[in-house]
Amino acid sequence: MSHGSALPAQRFDWLPLALIPAIALAALPFIPSLPTWVTLTVAGLAMGMMIFMMAAGLTLVFGLMDIMNFAHGVFISVGAYAATSVLLAMKASMQADSLAANLAAIVPAVLAAMALAGFLGWFFERVVIRPVYGDHLKQILVTMGGLIVVEQLIHVVWGPDIIPLPRPATITGSFIVGGAAIERYRVLAVLVGLAVFAAMWLILNRTRLGLLIRAGVENREMVESLGYRIRTLFVGVFIAGSALAGLGGVMWALYQESVNAQIGMQMMVVLFIVLIIGGLGSVGGCFVGALLVGLMANYTGYLAPKLALGSNILLMVLVLLWRPRGLFPVGRG
Amino acid sequence: MFTTLLSGDFPRSRVLAVVLVAILAGLVLAPFVFPGTRSLNVAAKVAVFVLLVASYDLLLGYTGIVSFAHTMFFGIGGYGVGIAMAKLGAGWGNLALGSALALALSAALATAIGLLSLRVRAIFFAMITLAVASFFQILASQLSGFTGGEDGITYKLPELLLPGTKLVETPFLGVELSGRLANYYLVVFAALACFLALLRVVNSPFGRVLLSIRENEFRSEALGYRTVTYRTAANCIGALGATLAGVLYAIWLRYTGPDTTLSFNIMIDILLMVVIGGMGTLYGAAVGATIFVIAQNYLQDLMALASAAAKGVPLLPGLLHPDRWLLWLGVLFIVCVYYFPTGIVGRLREK
Repeated sequence: MSHGSALPAQRFDWLPLALIPAIALAALPFIPSLPTWVTLTVAGLAMGMMIFMMAAGLTLVFGLMDIMNFAHGVFISVGAYAATSVLLAMKASMQADSLAANLAAIVPAVLAAMALAGFLGWFFERVVIRPVYGDHLKQILVTMGGLIVVEQLIHVVWGPDIIPLPRPATITGSFIVGGAAIERYRVLAVLVGLAVFAAMWLILNRTRLGLLIRAGVENREMVESLGYRIRTLFVGVFIAGSALAGLGGVMWALYQESVNAQIGMQMMVVLFIVLIIGGLGSVGGCFVGALLVGLMANYTGYLAPKLALGSNILLMVLVLLWRPRGLFPVGRG
Repeated sequence: MFTTLLSGDFPRSRVLAVVLVAILAGLVLAPFVFPGTRSLNVAAKVAVFVLLVASYDLLLGYTGIVSFAHTMFFGIGGYGVGIAMAKLGAGWGNLALGSALALALSAALATAIGLLSLRVRAIFFAMITLAVASFFQILASQLSGFTGGEDGITYKLPELLLPGTKLVETPFLGVELSGRLANYYLVVFAALACFLALLRVVNSPFGRVLLSIRENEFRSEALGYRTVTYRTAANCIGALGATLAGVLYAIWLRYTGPDTTLSFNIMIDILLMVVIGGMGTLYGAAVGATIFVIAQNYLQDLMALASAAAKGVPLLPGLLHPDRWLLWLGVLFIVCVYYFPTGIVGRLREK
């Protein structure tokens, strides 16, 4: 060992990553035709990407501040509803069969969703969560209370009924590749998800801000003692995470082609499974976990529809048996 | 005698004592004082939820663990009775068999979940129980041949408990003494007995260890208590209490379905009841459950009036709409967690 050299580079743990192709290949023999398998795989990846967008904020917030926000789901539903309002108001340009017109409706809708979800996140951090830092029991209770209140407020503002939300003309329908029907929207979801992941990866690994966030996840006290205001950093992460959840909500609503106030709560269960699989606080783990859950849900949804959610639980149990702290365990225990 | 019955845990507040006596008297006298189907339904629901919430308080208030699987155990009790009655026929033996199987299943599940996930942190346990409970909910709706799916199951009970049965020909105090009444008193007294048993548990040396784990886990471990064992045992007892509550509710309703037992809304209701009533005291569970169930049934009428009165003002009628009653209880819940963490009972005892 030479003295004075840089820290030894950490070996990247490829094993969990290999699980994704492993699961896809393992499903292949059970599915009768290759095109069906391709369709399912794309659907699973798309679903995984959307789940990742929703879960990313939750896992970072937990890693950074040791806070588990049970109300994270409301950012998803608020985002979905905000976008719905914008999209329904711009019905004409939604139905037009031109990309430019569609984009003119979607871009403001996404921006509105992210802005509203981000603002709600800021408000939530300030009013609901700040007084209960460090007290897990109260955090769970208070964020559950917040979930109830916001869900009810959604009913007040947007009404209790399910709102149908047709997709814009240019991203409906599917195209055929080698006999496999691939929905355009799913490809879009995969692309957006990859873009979000790439952006997050770049920010976390290539900027000073990301360095601080990662250091904070690893050891909060040390970062604080070096003179950085981790609270400010945390508020920023919280808002960004909420906005991402809002984006995920829009994508999910367009995927389901409808919105209801229960979206958030329903997704929370899946998000928790993803977080536990990935390792609490780990962004990479969250990404891998989301893809695994998405793929698993689609394969089992096709092979044994009754077991779709059960398969995720099974996956979680198996992963925990293999790595009790998730695929990519994070610093502190 | 009172000391034995209440396990030495007196209300310690005159107002609270009066409230508790009023709740008990109200439950016992309900068929005679408030005749009518609706009020009797409310009273039976109060009795069942007092037990359900008290068993949850054993976890949340006494041991300091948050579980989201309590409705799962409630549902196991309900479905145990329901399936036994519907598939095997309405007899006392089958009723006992269904309840016993439900209790055994709950105990096994609670132990398994506890041993697997109580070693780690509170948050982990909360997340795991949420996932398991939602899995169970899906299971119940998918196995429709067995559970009746989303529609649930309706069934007959042993004849003594059916409303059509007349116990005595002549009405007593103007109230018909039917099987419905027998059913009601079975539910109320069984719930009361279980409540007193739980009171015994929390005031035993075992209960003291639970409190010490809640206050300082490291210290109780250092004193030589195996915290995982104690927590798992508490989880188990809480689950058994919830299962018994489910059994009683199934007996009262003669119906078991996802909406009356497994739904996540009920889990939220339980949380609200515990926190508003007062965590860490079983009397809080009794008070919280009573207030909540009554509010659930009668607050909506009041809100309908207020909503009609506020017509014309923007947004206000929507906020006061009878279906939005949970909004206000949610706000009350958050306020309680911040400012009155000991709930109503804690406030009463301070004075």
